[in-house]
Amino acid sequence: MIKPVLLWTDTLIFLLTLLVLAFAFYARSKPHLREPWARVVQGRIAAACSMVLLAFVLTGLLDSMHFRAPLKDAGNGTDTHYAVEVLSVLDVLAGPLRTQEEKTYSAPFATHLYARETIEQDDGSTLRAYPALRYGGSHLQGSGLDRSQDILQRSLQAVAETILIGALLLLLTAALLARRGGTTTAVMLRKIASGQTQMPWRTILATLSLLVLCILLAMHLATVYHVLGTDKVGKDVFYLSLKSIRTGLLIGTLTTLVMLPFAIFMGIIAGYARGWIDDVVQYIYTTLNSIPHVLLIAAAILMLQVYINNHPELFETTVERADIRLLFLCIILGVTSWTGLCRLLRGESMKLRESEYIQAAVSFGVSHARIITRHILPNVMHIVLITVVLDFSGLVLAEAVLSYVGVGVDPTMNSWGNMINGARLEMAREPVVWWSLLSAFLFMFTLVLAANLFSDAVRDAFDPRTRAR
Amino acid sequence: MNDMKPPLLRVENISVQLGQGSRAIRPVDEVSFSIRPGETFALLGESGCGKSMTALAILRLLPQPIGRITGGRVWLGDEDITALPESGMRRVRGRRIAMIFQEPMTSLNPVLTVGDQIAEVLRQHHAMKGRVAADRVLELLDAVGIPDARRRKGEYPHQLSGGMKQRIMIAIALAGEPDLLIADEPTTALDVTIQAQVLELLQKLQQDTGMAILLITHDLGIVAGMADRVAVMYAGQLVEEADRENFFRDPRHPYSRKLFESLPDVRKREQALATIPGTVPPLNVVFTGCRFVDRCEAGWDYCRDHVPAWNTVANGGHARCHREADHPGMPPLREALLPIPAPFVNQQDGKALLQVDDLKVHFPIHRGVFRRVAGHVYAVDGISLQIPRGSTLALVGESGCGKTTVGKGILQLIRPTAGSVQFGATELTRLSGSELRRLRAKFQFIFQDPYSSMNPRMMVGDIVEEGMIAQGIGGTREQRRSRVEQLFAQVGLSADIVQRYPHEFSGGQRQRICIARALAVDPQLVICDEPTSALDVSVQAQILNLLKQLQNTLGLSYLFITHNLSVVSYLADRVAVMYLGRIVEEGPVGEILENPQHPYTRALLSAVPQIDVDSGREIIRLTGDLPSPANPPAGCHFHPRCAQAMPQCRQTYPPAFGTELHPVRCFLYAGNVSQ
Repeated sequence: MIKPVLLWTDTLIFLLTLLVLAFAFYARSKPHLREPWARVVQGRIAAACSMVLLAFVLTGLLDSMHFRAPLKDAGNGTDTHYAVEVLSVLDVLAGPLRTQEEKTYSAPFATHLYARETIEQDDGSTLRAYPALRYGGSHLQGSGLDRSQDILQRSLQAVAETILIGALLLLLTAALLARRGGTTTAVMLRKIASGQTQMPWRTILATLSLLVLCILLAMHLATVYHVLGTDKVGKDVFYLSLKSIRTGLLIGTLTTLVMLPFAIFMGIIAGYARGWIDDVVQYIYTTLNSIPHVLLIAAAILMLQVYINNHPELFETTVERADIRLLFLCIILGVTSWTGLCRLLRGESMKLRESEYIQAAVSFGVSHARIITRHILPNVMHIVLITVVLDFSGLVLAEAVLSYVGVGVDPTMNSWGNMINGARLEMAREPVVWWSLLSAFLFMFTLVLAANLFSDAVRDAFDPRTRAR
Repeated sequence: MNDMKPPLLRVENISVQLGQGSRAIRPVDEVSFSIRPGETFALLGESGCGKSMTALAILRLLPQPIGRITGGRVWLGDEDITALPESGMRRVRGRRIAMIFQEPMTSLNPVLTVGDQIAEVLRQHHAMKGRVAADRVLELLDAVGIPDARRRKGEYPHQLSGGMKQRIMIAIALAGEPDLLIADEPTTALDVTIQAQVLELLQKLQQDTGMAILLITHDLGIVAGMADRVAVMYAGQLVEEADRENFFRDPRHPYSRKLFESLPDVRKREQALATIPGTVPPLNVVFTGCRFVDRCEAGWDYCRDHVPAWNTVANGGHARCHREADHPGMPPLREALLPIPAPFVNQQDGKALLQVDDLKVHFPIHRGVFRRVAGHVYAVDGISLQIPRGSTLALVGESGCGKTTVGKGILQLIRPTAGSVQFGATELTRLSGSELRRLRAKFQFIFQDPYSSMNPRMMVGDIVEEGMIAQGIGGTREQRRSRVEQLFAQVGLSADIVQRYPHEFSGGQRQRICIARALAVDPQLVICDEPTSALDVSVQAQILNLLKQLQNTLGLSYLFITHNLSVVSYLADRVAVMYLGRIVEEGPVGEILENPQHPYTRALLSAVPQIDVDSGREIIRLTGDLPSPANPPAGCHFHPRCAQAMPQCRQTYPPAFGTELHPVRCFLYAGNVSQ
């Protein structure tokens, strides 16, 4: 039996997922909560972005289910010993990607190493050449196939399968929609194809097909080639990028979770109560803001590192150490980044406090607590939501910067920041190793762009004033 | 007809479309009119009828990228300006056609001096620079009646009052020496006395320069005073066009007639005002009949399926109504179906429900690093008034005189600095927070802007229910819900709207919801702060009817804060006129309106535009603006603007003269003292 490992961040991320699902379930029955979200996904761009984000989130969740595999029974079945290595479901799914390690750098789709080495030949003589890769393109040997031919063939196969799956998805959606809408599948098909459905099904299906194509291409190509090359120790960069998704998502979401209570509570209280409370809150965030954040983060992370080193018994595996450092990074990032939102909320609640509907509530004798929860909070929620989604992309990027500086996540942890940090030396090589940087950039760019476009749609949908027309 | 000069501006079948596809709306649909040189042409209509869009289309300034002209031509002289390239348009805008906007506060650039902003136009259109331009700026400032022009031209917009800013806007418009001035609701944001100044200025400038004016307004009074010809716009079309005299003597289109009938007036006090049911139809549909038919009492089946033609009517004008062309089977015009007036049970029992004595609300002004109190804004400076049960006291005055602060001070939304507020037998100013909270059900506030006084993220049912929950009345959830539905029925809304949001309603409906909300806690006193000033006339009539009807059935007392004197004449029992934090005159509505005593009251009354064309009254012009309440003039606050000021007025603030029923704070009446 495998032994499940529940890391701190895993617990939090599943808790968050549960919360989101619970809210979705609750909102389903409330038309006024459901409606703005429905409007979000009814936009074509937002629908496509949410599909992309969903793919990222799923990858992250799969990567958050950790376990330790049992070791081969050595003797007569007394205690099962478990491997030191903590694996995730994603690792299992990725299979060969994880295990097929080369010796060192190799370019994307390469069959040979990137650097020339001295190869000792059978006859004892040596040769300066590019040695063949252990795994990348090894199936070509002896098959008589050309590499580009092989890639083309496999890609075509992936495309063909995508078309098949895409068509199936289309049919299925049309059939389901037709059943619900009381029309025939053919009519529904025509509607979807011309983009006349209320939900942008055409866009959603197209995005899904694109994602399916990516997955299929990975399945057909990444198993036999290193599609994004390998890094210094020969690890597949595509695999590293996939593993980095979880880190990026965690930094983006958990940090906000830490920051929100501070920002919302302090901001609204300061703006609503004014007087000395406002002075105190302002004092706190002005002080905090005037300390360089990197300094605070570095101090906190270095202190934690000392603590970890002094208490090795608390952490069974390296993954757990890395995890606690990640969690701590989230917390310290949250503590340093709440001030911006707090200031926004203070200003907004100061404005709202004078608004006529709050005055109307006061003239009804509504209590302060109720005014804050019923009138102010819902009316600043759009600011919170926009800040959260915008901060998400900012934090993903901040992680990269911090890791580059060396106070980010643990160096053993896969993250885009670490990849970029590594690329610092790679870019200085001759010939340049460019693929680590490029893949970190590609993945990060896709995630951040999708998040930003999605946040735009969310803001538009949640602002009642834009709906008025 | 008598004037055969060729038209200056000829608008031919112009159509505007906003947006694309099936959701595109057509705010202007085949509108044609022409304006002759030196003429004032008024475009009249309620909000959302396409008046401003027509003006913007003429100047090709439609909101981009969604707005475009889909058809028609605009001839300026013999030039088709719809065909001009954008660079050509730049020669037209400001030079041949200038425009002034409704909101002077936002139409000026806050970081440039007003002189610079005028000089910019001179440089652009007349290539004037340096000394010449500077002299011309002074000339223009003089022309629009800005005193001390030499100093003012170096000032920034925030240093000027609203009326001054609008004058600067006019100066900028004049700088290009245009042939046509488009004035889009030029005085809507201004007080009546300032409005009178600006309108008079426009008339004078027109006489001096001979420019034509396209005046866009919703105010029949302004049209009566200014226009030569009138066109009424409804739902993107012109529905009537006539000379001013003919229009005011005999409006032909049912919509125009309704506009007249819905104006509140002292003569209509004992009856309900005429209203126009329903709302302007959405403009994204294709109309197959008359656009007004759903709201029209003169319509019949034929109107639904046939688009009315632009008929020439007896008085030489035009009207888009089937009644103007003889149609077989046209039913006789029904008498206007005014709802039967509600029974007027006089519930005044003489006892004062609210007694306010010497109420003062002063706001400290903080200066410096240590926030030392450097002075006070005397927003309300010793106000006494009383409201008997079941009656209405109107508090009248210009903006900035402290009316709203009085209302909020009475309700303790702002704690007064001094004075007493007796509600029944309770002294409100001395109550603690929780005691006051329990008592709040008894007195309610209705705000000016119904939209901003409702939480946009709460459903209207919850909004109305909130007061009941806070006060712990109304019983169980189900009972409260049924009470909400009953309240909605009472204010004329259907009960199935509880689950909708405020933005889904029109202005009038929103104000009804606000009234329902106030009624939910069974108040005895309702303070209405300009409840109709954000609404169109026909909707205003509905709200006034509702308020009057509620007073008659529930015995409510109103403190009606307003600047609109026609509303006062319709609704109020007594009137208090306020100037700079103090009441200058108070009395029964009839006396105040017929026989005003205080020079300020007289000026205020005379400044209200009248729709009786030949009323022959003379406007008493007030010079200057309202002084700052932080630094009120010594003696009588009004003396710097008063034509009848005496030396005495500069020294002491006048005590109350006149009768006890009609006190006046003016030394003119010191002779007939009754105290």
